[in-house]
Amino acid sequence: MFTIILYVLASVLLILSFFKDPGKTKKALKKAWKAFDNILPQLMGILVIVGLMLAAVDPETISRLIGGESGLPGMLLAAVVGGITLIPGFVAFPLAATLLNNGAGFMQIAVFISTLMMVGVVTLPVEIQYFGKRAAVLRNTLAFSFSFVVALVIGVILG
Amino acid sequence: MNKLIRRYRFALVLVFINLLMLLILPEIGFSALYHTRINTLEMLYVIPPIFIILGLLDVWVPRETMMKLMGENSGFLGKIIAFLMGSLAAGPLYVAFPIAGLLLKKGSKFSNVLIFIGAWSTTKIPLLLFEASALGWTFMLTRFTVNLFVILLIAGITEKLLKGADKTDIYKRAHSLSN
Repeated sequence: MFTIILYVLASVLLILSFFKDPGKTKKALKKAWKAFDNILPQLMGILVIVGLMLAAVDPETISRLIGGESGLPGMLLAAVVGGITLIPGFVAFPLAATLLNNGAGFMQIAVFISTLMMVGVVTLPVEIQYFGKRAAVLRNTLAFSFSFVVALVIGVILG
Repeated sequence: MNKLIRRYRFALVLVFINLLMLLILPEIGFSALYHTRINTLEMLYVIPPIFIILGLLDVWVPRETMMKLMGENSGFLGKIIAFLMGSLAAGPLYVAFPIAGLLLKKGSKFSNVLIFIGAWSTTKIPLLLFEASALGWTFMLTRFTVNLFVILLIAGITEKLLKGADKTDIYKRAHSLSN
């Protein structure tokens, strides 16, 4: 649905741009390709890594990892698993719901979801390419730490 | 040719590992190929409009405009724009970095670019709706509210902790990557 809106937006802008200045539009498309080409090598790597990861670490493995252990060790484990893996939302949320139903704590699930979204170990090479090593590592470290704050608040409100 | 191999060595090594898996642990190897195929198709579906919009923004939006909207002195408005841009997006986080690069090249404040990245990763609207249906509205709304502050904090702290030289390097990267 959202992607369709993006397609409509991109098409309308492209047509407007073309009528206003075909030369500039051609330049824009060249820039679009260049930007894509810049991340293409890492992108291909990420796609293969994610494929391998999803094959090796199936939902049952994740359940075993973060469903069992509780308390602070459980949260740490959930945070690390979330930070390293790169699972699309449409897989992660139902998985999280199942884990909750099977007795996992709200805080573990919250910290898992948070690091999954904010921390990207696998995508670090792309991030470094754009932000440099220091900024990228700093952002990820802060995101990892703050995931526990998010989890604490969710734990207090829902737990 | 050598340059090409060097550029793609990371991907090539991984493909090699996957091929090895096909021989040693065929079940995992085939499952990996299956997941990679699905993810690749999904990525190819979402990427064209994002990069076309990026190219058009690059060509049509003057640096001065971007600086006014998201630059050093953009204040609260800059944060709001960064947040909305990230939340209204679609696609995985790694697609956001080229856009972040463009924002930097056009003179956006680094902390605003980090707000954009934060919003893209945690408050994308399609994702929130999906989260609410799977984990309930209370969970989603609580996480959303806390994350609003967390995004601002991460952006602010990262910007504060970076030295002048780091920032110069970041803007230099943005220029060399999209010229």
